[in-house]
Amino acid sequence: MSAKSKQGRTQSQSQGNGQSQGQSQSLDNGQTKGQAKSQGHQMSQGQAQSQVQVQSLGKGYAQGQMQGQHSGAPSMFFDEMSGTDGNLRQGYEMLSRWMAEAPPEQFANRQREAEHFFRRVGITFNVYGEDEGAERLIPFDIVPRILMAHEWRKLERGLTQRVTALNRFIADVYGAQECLKAGIVPRDLVFQNPAFEPEMSRFEPPGGVYVHIAGVDIVRVGPDQFYVLEDNARTPSGVSYMLENREAMIRLFPDLFRAHRVAPVENYPDLLLKTLRDSAPKSASRDPTIVLLTPGPYNSAYYEHSFLADKMGVELVEGRDLLVRDAIVYMRTTRGLQRVDVIYRRVDDAFLDPLSFNPHSVLGVPGLLAAYKAGNVTLANAVGTGISDDKAIYSYMPEIVRFFCGEAPILDNVPTWRCRDPDSLKYVLSRLDELVVKAVDGSGGYGMLVGPHATLAEREAFALKLKAKPEGFIAQPTLALSTVPCFVENGIAPRHVDLRPYVLSSPKGVTCVPGGLTRVALKAGSLVVNSSQGGGTKDTWVVDTPAASMSTARGSSDVAQHAGETTGEGG
Amino acid sequence: MLSRMADSLFWLSRYVERAENLARTIEVAQRLVTLPSAYADTSNEWESAITAAAAKDAFFRVHKTATSETVIAFLLNSPDNPSSIEACIDIARANARSVRTTITTEMWETLNDAWNDLQDIDLDRMNEQEISRVLDNVKAVSLRFDGAAYRTMLRTDAYWFQRLGTFVERADNMARLLDVKYHLLLPDKEPIGGSLDYFQWAAILRSVNALTSFHWVYRANVRPWLVADFLILRSEQPRSLISCQRAINNYLDQIAENYGRQGPAQRQARQMLTALENAQMQEIFKVGLHEYLDQFINENNRLAADIRTQYLA
Repeated sequence: MSAKSKQGRTQSQSQGNGQSQGQSQSLDNGQTKGQAKSQGHQMSQGQAQSQVQVQSLGKGYAQGQMQGQHSGAPSMFFDEMSGTDGNLRQGYEMLSRWMAEAPPEQFANRQREAEHFFRRVGITFNVYGEDEGAERLIPFDIVPRILMAHEWRKLERGLTQRVTALNRFIADVYGAQECLKAGIVPRDLVFQNPAFEPEMSRFEPPGGVYVHIAGVDIVRVGPDQFYVLEDNARTPSGVSYMLENREAMIRLFPDLFRAHRVAPVENYPDLLLKTLRDSAPKSASRDPTIVLLTPGPYNSAYYEHSFLADKMGVELVEGRDLLVRDAIVYMRTTRGLQRVDVIYRRVDDAFLDPLSFNPHSVLGVPGLLAAYKAGNVTLANAVGTGISDDKAIYSYMPEIVRFFCGEAPILDNVPTWRCRDPDSLKYVLSRLDELVVKAVDGSGGYGMLVGPHATLAEREAFALKLKAKPEGFIAQPTLALSTVPCFVENGIAPRHVDLRPYVLSSPKGVTCVPGGLTRVALKAGSLVVNSSQGGGTKDTWVVDTPAASMSTARGSSDVAQHAGETTGEGG
Repeated sequence: MLSRMADSLFWLSRYVERAENLARTIEVAQRLVTLPSAYADTSNEWESAITAAAAKDAFFRVHKTATSETVIAFLLNSPDNPSSIEACIDIARANARSVRTTITTEMWETLNDAWNDLQDIDLDRMNEQEISRVLDNVKAVSLRFDGAAYRTMLRTDAYWFQRLGTFVERADNMARLLDVKYHLLLPDKEPIGGSLDYFQWAAILRSVNALTSFHWVYRANVRPWLVADFLILRSEQPRSLISCQRAINNYLDQIAENYGRQGPAQRQARQMLTALENAQMQEIFKVGLHEYLDQFINENNRLAADIRTQYLA
């Protein structure tokens, strides 16, 4: 055996494309901040007193009391099906009847079918810190959450207004700084903010849009009371669950869909594609080349990245697929270099360009920022949008909306005390046992104190931190998140939820598919909707008044009475 | 398509093919060691299995002697061997994962199942029969994978790059297998092509599933130059070097036609094919089979490098 031929083999093996190595690299750097945030998002407010309520409501659901009778004592939490008084709310007539009539094993069967569906499709997320390749399903709850069309229309108006204001605010912060001059937001809060990106100063991205995709987290505490919890203007994730949840539900419950006339969401990828096309730089042709930049297969949201790329029909690229020459971005294809006009990037600012940001990043593209600032490529979202995700800046959103839109905010902020104000600090310190205190740049529940749940020692320790660096914290009241019916081990029971609609902005306007991703805390009484802590998701239905189709579908009259005044609008 | 995607498809197939060839290598050794020593090669069959797998250096870094236990474990799933069967399937799956939207569900499921099965293997608790079943399964993976690709993939560049990987790897493995066995069979100072041992040559044919078909093509006894002829120059034999090169030329031509441009890879492939078409066994033996195979392996590596520069990088 000659050394020569053995060497040949060695050569041929060393030509292997190093797949595993490349991936372990992206594993190290894969957890970009935005994704960590969206996965790690927690809402731990107000866990107290929920146990009792869960039981009584659960009983109510199980006994079919939603037909309109009182379920007993008024509740602490607003339930989206039964309100606070046990009266069936509009929109839930058909569903509650269906749940009351369906044999219990049917729920279990459909739940199993749903899980089978998700496993087949391969909708998984990766779990960091476990064996490489560990893939999990996010629990899916088969009971849809229902929003009435008029409720959604108000949310939609509020979201459009809010995201418009966000875009104008970020443009202003990096541009004319009118809102700083007018004293709407304190200067030091912006300029000393680690999320402020000096590279973006006096640079206007193509089309002037910064937040092309926002995943606004909304919580509900009453019939008409919605709060924006976070704006998520960096790289919000989860939209693939919204889309796949709907696909699963259409397969599992064709009868319910026929009766409800649910507003469709399936055109989201098409709207996203349009948003990206409309945001292309001037240098692009009429048919711009769009790519989706992912950190790689070991990123927790990789499934979503490949899903969206596939649905939009654009290339799913990694940093190593792109290169910059003369401030123009190209991708390496089997036909040679191809110019790229728009990058929907799911990689965080810090990892985008090792020449400008984190020099150790292997996820980014050297020279990308130079190409961006030369106006030759659009990044969606823009660099530097993290400034508006800062929790202290968040607290100024009502003023920001008024300043940039000239009208009162349609959606409320959670009342927020900024500990940088001495009076607020004093108040917060005196009420530590009731409030939730958060670090302004924190996410995923880190650096957070949930007053009602903390021990005296914990509160005292936190008070010291707070006094040492008050500007690093804000405080909010403990919120009573709404509940919706869910299928759990013992049948149907209420669980706490939030809602994340996805809002798209381009130079041609703001748009949003009806509904969004409902995240649900599947553990009884829990307010943590985070998927890594037992949180799940469910489909969100925006329905017109279903009374008309209801009565034709079932010939029922008692339910139509509940829908009363709006009967006939259902068509 | 993205170069990285094409690269993943190419290597995905190479590793699936490599895994199958490793399984076959183990099977040949298993069979040969059962022969009475008078019939057998003087050298250690397990050592030549390691040589055929091009894993000699890595193997002897961790083992003193090549025995059935050490070699099977090493080639199947030893963590000390970066190109074990398990590692091949692992890398193939990782590549498949990064081109999930380009390959079909059937291809993915084949690899994913194989990967899952291999996770559970504990050689210490297995008897020979169970090991044979594992090896059979590994061979079945490449059959299923190939079949799935053939039956379900769109005929676009993705398919062609995937097929290219299969045949570049197959040509490489075939040449290596011949080279190892040829070398071991030649007694010192015996004229080239002068000696044969039926069982050794039959084992080679068997290892590429070609013993029966040999008789159909030649209607003659197994003789070394016919075995070499069959596995190098006969296009009826689907694993022969010439068949591999025909396939490679075919897929490279389809890519060139589709892209409207050809380059070094097409030229190199055509040269290799022409050389094979003009070759005669007698001439090859005169030059020296080993030298011939050695050169082929190098040319094949050059072809892979050309494909890489032209399309995959």
